[in-house]
Amino acid sequence: MPLPLASGLGFKPQHFPAIRDGRPDLGFFEIHAENYMGAGGAPHAMLRAIRQDYALSIHGVGLSIGGPALDETHLARVRTLCDRYEPDSFSEHLAWSSHGAEYLNDLLPLPYTRHTLDRVCDHVDRVQEALGRRLLLENPATYVIFAQSEMPEAEFLTRIAARTGCGLLLDINNVFVSCTNHRTDPLAYLDAFPLDRVGEIHLGGHDEEDLPSGPLLIDSHGRAVAEPVWALYAALLDRSGPQPTLIEWDNDVPDWPALAAEAARAEAMIADRRHHAAAE
Amino acid sequence: MLQPSDITPDVRAALAGGPVPGFITARHPAEAERRFAVYRNNIAHSLREALARRFPVIRRLVGAGFFGAMAAEFIARHPPRSPVLQEWGGDFPHFLGLFAPVATLPYLGDVARIEWARGQAYHAADARPLPPERLDGSEPLRLHPSLQLLLLNHPAASIWQANQPGRDGRLRATGAETALIWRRPDFEVRVASLAPLEAGFIAALMGGRTLETATLLTDPVPMLTLLLRDGLICGAEDE
Repeated sequence: MPLPLASGLGFKPQHFPAIRDGRPDLGFFEIHAENYMGAGGAPHAMLRAIRQDYALSIHGVGLSIGGPALDETHLARVRTLCDRYEPDSFSEHLAWSSHGAEYLNDLLPLPYTRHTLDRVCDHVDRVQEALGRRLLLENPATYVIFAQSEMPEAEFLTRIAARTGCGLLLDINNVFVSCTNHRTDPLAYLDAFPLDRVGEIHLGGHDEEDLPSGPLLIDSHGRAVAEPVWALYAALLDRSGPQPTLIEWDNDVPDWPALAAEAARAEAMIADRRHHAAAE
Repeated sequence: MLQPSDITPDVRAALAGGPVPGFITARHPAEAERRFAVYRNNIAHSLREALARRFPVIRRLVGAGFFGAMAAEFIARHPPRSPVLQEWGGDFPHFLGLFAPVATLPYLGDVARIEWARGQAYHAADARPLPPERLDGSEPLRLHPSLQLLLLNHPAASIWQANQPGRDGRLRATGAETALIWRRPDFEVRVASLAPLEAGFIAALMGGRTLETATLLTDPVPMLTLLLRDGLICGAEDE
């Protein structure tokens, strides 16, 4: 089952009472896989309760799909978690985070070359085979570029999807952050992106610093979605029609009403396109 | 210039403070250094925050600024070995015992052991309480997986209690303590300082002694009451 064409939120334990008591009307919840890899206790008790009432997206940050070697031990943990909760979607990142036995705890960038394309495709194949499900791969927020890159990011992702059959998670904030940082046009990025492969949208907040050449945006997930990102999201919906859309707010998490308001704004935009689609 | 096909060793070295590799660039190449610093900052900040969430009392005892500097040292020497960050930080108590700048606070390691054990208890496996009528004094008991007993050289359980939010940090206790850490059925994790005979009773049960044997040590009622009230004596089958 794909995610519903509706808005969703990242599940935070501090919001569990509000969700349990209020049963908010929401398309889905998303969790970070790595936060639910303990044996038991409160995290699993809350997730079981959430899973009963809502569609679920499991979003991984640790497989290091863009690195030289897939973390097979971690893949086994992800498989256990997916077997336990049977999510409607599993997604990961076009990034790397492991170096040998060391875990670097960030989504690090990779050059886009024929060589890295082969490697990422091998890793996506392996993940999809191990999990027995289709993976959604997310476009990263980047701050630097690689001299050895041979193709643009959208083309790299297009080729991965074509070769592996995976879906894509299109993070609109990441598109805005990366394009601003590299002084390129985010609408051109959307035009080059294979929208028919998209299974989920992410929206989130970013921070801003100043460089001599202009702004440097940082994907922080610590504040409300910026207005230009909402505008880019509207442009995306005009091209793609309604999409399952997650609001990511992972740091300085606000109380439930503020978070629900962000989801409601996305939901209104999705509902608008649903009506258009129905009228055609 | 020929570029390496695997960029990760050079990037890893740069993240650890080495030079930013020449293949890392930007539209304005002079900015590559500052842009790359975002990754260094993300890693340092996120790991420091993860450690602070796991060891909030240590942070309170040494202050946020000092904790940050100490965390940087710990991260450099004991980086995470898995993306599951709840498994990271088990070396922190030992690190504190050897870290010269905190040699005047010898109890920090013991307090950190309590905080680490609390995290372990929070994530421990679930287990169904044994119905009290099935309690058999002649068989070893299966205790809840969250239950831990820590022998501490310092009054660390009292220090931990005195430094909870809303407490002023003052304490009367001195000397060694034994701490019991467990998770209640409502998932709250508790810490208690046990009297020596109570600790001996729990240690006997954890070591596989029967209730009949452990009862020879001391009056079983106080500890048995706690174990039964909080569902810490479990049935044989897993949940």
